[in-house]
Amino acid sequence: MARKAVKKPAKKTARKARKPVKKAARKAARKLARKAKAPARKAAAKKAVKRSVNKAAPKKAAAKKAAKRSVKKAAKKTAAKRARSAAPLLAPARASTAKPRTLYDKIWDDHLVHEAADGTCLLYIDRHLVHEVTSPQAFEGLRLTGRKVRHPEKTLAVVDHNVPTTDRRHGIAEEESRIQVETLARNAQDFGIRYFNELDKRQGIVHVVGPEQGFTLPGTTIVCGDSHTSTHGAFGALAHGIGTSEVEHVLATQTLIQKKAKNMLVQVDGKLPAHSTAKDIILAVIGEIGTAGGTGSVIEFAGEAIRDLSMEGRMTVCNMTIEGGARAGMIAPDEKAYAYLKGRPMAPRGKLWDAARRHWDGLRTDAGAHFDRVVTLDAAALPPIVSWGTSPEDVMAITAVIPNPDDITDLGKRQSKWRALDYMGLKPGMRLTDVPLDVVWIGSCTNGRIEDLRAVAEMVKGKTKADNLAYVMVVPGSGLVKEQAEAEGLHHIFRAAGFEWREPGCSMCLGMNPDQLTPGQRCASTSNRNFEGRQGYKGRTHLVSPQMAAAAAIAGRFVDIRKLS
Amino acid sequence: MQKFDVLTGVAAPLNIVNIDTDMIIPKQFLKTIKRTGLGKSLFYEMRYTPEGAEIADFVLNQPAWRKAEILVAGDNFGCGSSREHAPWALLDFGIRCVIATSFADIFYNNAFKNGILPIVVSPDDLAKLMDDAGRGANATLTIDLPNQEIRGPDGGVVKFEIDPFRKHCLLNGLDDIGLTMEKAKSISAYEKKAAQSRPWA
Repeated sequence: MARKAVKKPAKKTARKARKPVKKAARKAARKLARKAKAPARKAAAKKAVKRSVNKAAPKKAAAKKAAKRSVKKAAKKTAAKRARSAAPLLAPARASTAKPRTLYDKIWDDHLVHEAADGTCLLYIDRHLVHEVTSPQAFEGLRLTGRKVRHPEKTLAVVDHNVPTTDRRHGIAEEESRIQVETLARNAQDFGIRYFNELDKRQGIVHVVGPEQGFTLPGTTIVCGDSHTSTHGAFGALAHGIGTSEVEHVLATQTLIQKKAKNMLVQVDGKLPAHSTAKDIILAVIGEIGTAGGTGSVIEFAGEAIRDLSMEGRMTVCNMTIEGGARAGMIAPDEKAYAYLKGRPMAPRGKLWDAARRHWDGLRTDAGAHFDRVVTLDAAALPPIVSWGTSPEDVMAITAVIPNPDDITDLGKRQSKWRALDYMGLKPGMRLTDVPLDVVWIGSCTNGRIEDLRAVAEMVKGKTKADNLAYVMVVPGSGLVKEQAEAEGLHHIFRAAGFEWREPGCSMCLGMNPDQLTPGQRCASTSNRNFEGRQGYKGRTHLVSPQMAAAAAIAGRFVDIRKLS
Repeated sequence: MQKFDVLTGVAAPLNIVNIDTDMIIPKQFLKTIKRTGLGKSLFYEMRYTPEGAEIADFVLNQPAWRKAEILVAGDNFGCGSSREHAPWALLDFGIRCVIATSFADIFYNNAFKNGILPIVVSPDDLAKLMDDAGRGANATLTIDLPNQEIRGPDGGVVKFEIDPFRKHCLLNGLDDIGLTMEKAKSISAYEKKAAQSRPWA
């Protein structure tokens, strides 16, 4: 909702705003200091990341002190910066009377249809993405009850999970997959929903397609029957995955029954070193908070390192927020987001675009807004990260050794980590740089965008894949990503290196199509989940950045890419 | 949706943290366009060999727990994918209640929509319940939703919290969509207002 602009000198607002921010920053710093003092009861996996993050400091105590200082300093700096940048954006009339709000609070308030006395809310949904796997039963439900789709124009359907990544002009061979794809086509037609089929060049992974088409917009609520819907939060949207019953609910009512989540801030200050990426940021965050660390919260990512990321990088970060258990991840919309979206087919144009921009500018978190939890990460000390286990929280620096589960006190957790090592065919104390790989897979809604493919091409140009690898597969996130990559000649680089260049889709990220690991195969993957069997029965997945995957494709094993010339 | 009131049944212990939805129901079973028939594939890779034979020591393959209706599991149950096939598979197998120290958000929602009660307990209570569940058919648990308590075989009682709206829906087997449709006026009013304030959306 556009709020009335009240004329008031910006300076005054800024002065006013600075105070509470400082207070919040001090609170965050105090929290962090308390955390640093807490006894070391964390899992060995986390320690590994932490150890290597603090590697530069000679002693642990000194490192803690330095971290505390730099956090305080960074927090102060950020606070001042935020107060400055927020000054012209604050709605002064509101700021003086109402509580400062976060980006999440504002989008929530904008979409509240109804609130019951017990806090159960009905939230309006602006955008609904639909794919073939989680929607058939929802459409069936509508048919059984004689309900209609309330707003077909707010819904976009695309096939991605089941489609083969080989030439599909002659249809889909696998019968069940074909039926599911055909079912979506029929449902889209019957209910009047826009649909990109497997031969449409706009087809691709639903979370690549949404932003690409300008369907994804800041300040909107976006849902999809897919957990990685959190991706769209990169544009300052409130976006999250839902189950099939909720898909049906949104189709029928354009709303969702929700309770408000907590606000959590992940502040990533400092500049990312060369060879560390958005993927390393989010893997390190998950390693720090754990896969249930964000449960019940919506995470806002902020700080210099986040602002410095491209939109592709921000999407990578928000995409994997779900692996940290959070309902959604989001980043304040800014010029980068606007530049990405402007002129996209489904984005507003002309005066509507200008009005939207003004509204979006006002969505940024107010100075002094309350966060229930703050986690900070120093990007400048971030090494390339690799996962070693079967949960995205099982991560370590490329130079670290695999942790010993016996260091974990909790029985269930200890057993689970031993189970993970057994599944992965690894032992405590090993280095991942010593373990040969079998497959490298590059793609997914996490890292299947043009920037990811460019990064890979740059690292492999003029080189060839290692002999010990069965194959290296590159799967673009969408038909448009594929087209762009080919216009830039990236496919020639991949093919010359001995890589396979495929058609767009989810592919081996979850292996619902024929792209799957065979039992025991070890894969460097740019995807988002290293669960047991995720990429194929008994397959072993290591989650990495596109740059690390590219280096692994050439070396046949992981390398410390910081040491590459 | 099936109502949930009081359930007395065998509880199966599955003391693994981060049981993800890929474990609960692997991808090859997501190609169905129906909600039913997934029970035989529940926990497929833990339950069967690649040739399809039962793995004898997996808990749900053991005589004492083959008819389990309650699952006692480690932290962060149901993490990962949003696939509602996970609760569909649990329900089709006969599981009506899952007890853990925490659940992933989407799974938690999905469970309620299918008449499955997910209960969050403290780590201490979980340890006790895991122990009870380990005794198999000799020790049933009673899940009393109206009184919000779990009664163990030795008279132990664990109280639990549940959102009143979700409790009401479970007790009465209410369909969410029907309830929301009753608020059609509010939705229309909101849409009218939003068309003015955010016409681009």
